[in-house]
Amino acid sequence: MEILKPAAAGTLESSDAMVTVEPCEEGIDFELSSTVIHQYGNEIKKVVMETLDRLSVQNAKITVVDKGALNCTLKARVECAVFRSNDQKENLPWGGVIE
Amino acid sequence: MINKAGRDIPDEILKETGKEAFQGIYYKNKTEYIKHGPVTRVLMDNESSKLVDTIHDVLVKCGIKDGMTVSFHHHFREGDLVVNMVMEEIHKMGIKDITICASSLGKAHDPLVPMIEDGTITNIQSSGVRGKIGEAISHGKLKGLATMRSHGGRVRALLTGETVVDIAFIGAPTCDDYGNCRGIGGKSDCGVLSYSVVDSNHANKVVAITDCLVPFPNFPAHIEMTRVDYVCVVDAIGQPEKIATGAAKPTTDVRKQMMADYCTKFVTNAPYFKNGFSYQTGVGGASIASTISLTKIMEEKGIKMGFGVGGLTKPMCDLLDKGLVNCLLDTQDFDLDAVESVKNQKHFRISAGMYANPFNKGAFVNKLDYVILAALEVDVNFNCNVVVGSDGIITGAQGGHPDTAAGAKCTIVISPLLQGRIPAICTDVTTVTTPGESVDVVITDYGVAINPLRQDLIEAMKDVEGIPFCTIEELRDMAYAIVGEPQKVEFGDRVVGIIESRDGTIMDVVREIKPFSFAE
Repeated sequence: MEILKPAAAGTLESSDAMVTVEPCEEGIDFELSSTVIHQYGNEIKKVVMETLDRLSVQNAKITVVDKGALNCTLKARVECAVFRSNDQKENLPWGGVIE
Repeated sequence: MINKAGRDIPDEILKETGKEAFQGIYYKNKTEYIKHGPVTRVLMDNESSKLVDTIHDVLVKCGIKDGMTVSFHHHFREGDLVVNMVMEEIHKMGIKDITICASSLGKAHDPLVPMIEDGTITNIQSSGVRGKIGEAISHGKLKGLATMRSHGGRVRALLTGETVVDIAFIGAPTCDDYGNCRGIGGKSDCGVLSYSVVDSNHANKVVAITDCLVPFPNFPAHIEMTRVDYVCVVDAIGQPEKIATGAAKPTTDVRKQMMADYCTKFVTNAPYFKNGFSYQTGVGGASIASTISLTKIMEEKGIKMGFGVGGLTKPMCDLLDKGLVNCLLDTQDFDLDAVESVKNQKHFRISAGMYANPFNKGAFVNKLDYVILAALEVDVNFNCNVVVGSDGIITGAQGGHPDTAAGAKCTIVISPLLQGRIPAICTDVTTVTTPGESVDVVITDYGVAINPLRQDLIEAMKDVEGIPFCTIEELRDMAYAIVGEPQKVEFGDRVVGIIESRDGTIMDVVREIKPFSFAE
């Protein structure tokens, strides 16, 4: 998928994450701030990258402000932000595009 | 070398501090030493006044100079004004290399950070630190070492002369012109002055700071005039609304109520639950809920407590009002109900030394049946961490945790399995404050684990229903299954602090935090 316009999903509540995607010319520009960065920074990056990959997003600037979200929450927020950037409101893959 | 708690203590730290590595909780049992006595300036004439007008003048009279050690107590908790007031004056005078020896430091003391950065303060000895001081230490801004001591360990350090306090400052809610201090009355009522008793006995100079000068003699005195050099009257020593930060309100968190329920079931089914049993608990939501639910069972079964000890809260004082406990022994008041209750005849003040000092002829903690504690982290060896956050930043205090755990026959630690994404039960704690050998039971919202060292307790609980028993490893695995296994926090090489065992050996070290960078 393409990132057509800036879009966000999630909140800044604890155990959630705020994910923002913006168009980017080339590649994935990943930015993370997290309350658990020392323990889960690499894990969060991996989950976000995998999710983008499975959505076939190749170019995006993605900013994650994480408040200790679990992997399932992170995946859902990334998916939602990407669909919102496409204005896709129908045929959403409920349950997640990712196993 | 690897110590008895399995932690690697660098040889250069052992050399630098002259301390031994931790070798088990009873390593120093029955050893002997001679108590260190203070330099005492005698006062024989009947004309001298102890009253001094300003903090500045009192510092001059005490001969403040570079490299001195000054001490403070923390009964005013987050409402304390004394530490900042004294340190600001020392700072203004341009004095450097001060060691602060405090019974604890909290967020109220954030203004000390610039003094750490400019070398006014170069060493800190405390039960722990919170807020910005903790961040500053973890980022390597303190020139010397931060030494974290339990309440009992601090008394030991002053008694043995390991720490010699040059000037002790005692914030006194009421004081007379000759230095008799009381923890009650006045504008900043904190109930007790237990932590400063040792300072008054062993510091070379003792200064009472009060905002309520009362007629002589202020009796019965909690700190006696025979140990006080000077009295200084200031506008305010504490902010009363912040003194009782642990105001006890029964928790509505069902998770905590469930853990409290498990805890009460455990306590009442353990062999020590009989008339005259002894008990200590803290100020956390689950601890308070446990005391409340325990009260009900005590009433039902007609079992009374012999004594309750330590930092006190309303539910403990309620036991006294209901005649369910013979007496309370108080070192600290967490709420205004406790401050009020200490005026009760069977609610006694005791010093921090009588409470928890491992180096006297037997402290109250040795007579405890149960202690209910909390922890930031517990590992599969039952080691507890209450000082360093899972992110590697110093953010808590030992308090009486290792003292009571070592003393009590049944040490129960309550912690929710997860704090946000952080698993409280893990493979290795970030730092050890209380060694697993003194921790008997871990209660979480997902299950309860008994230390395999306590086969007697495992046997006693074998037919007990309503407690989901499992192993500590199972608890860790449940946690990791939900949140994923955390990566170890990466530290730099520099040691910024030591976690001292209550007997003065080194339990663990705290290293400088390293900025996070993604793996390649």
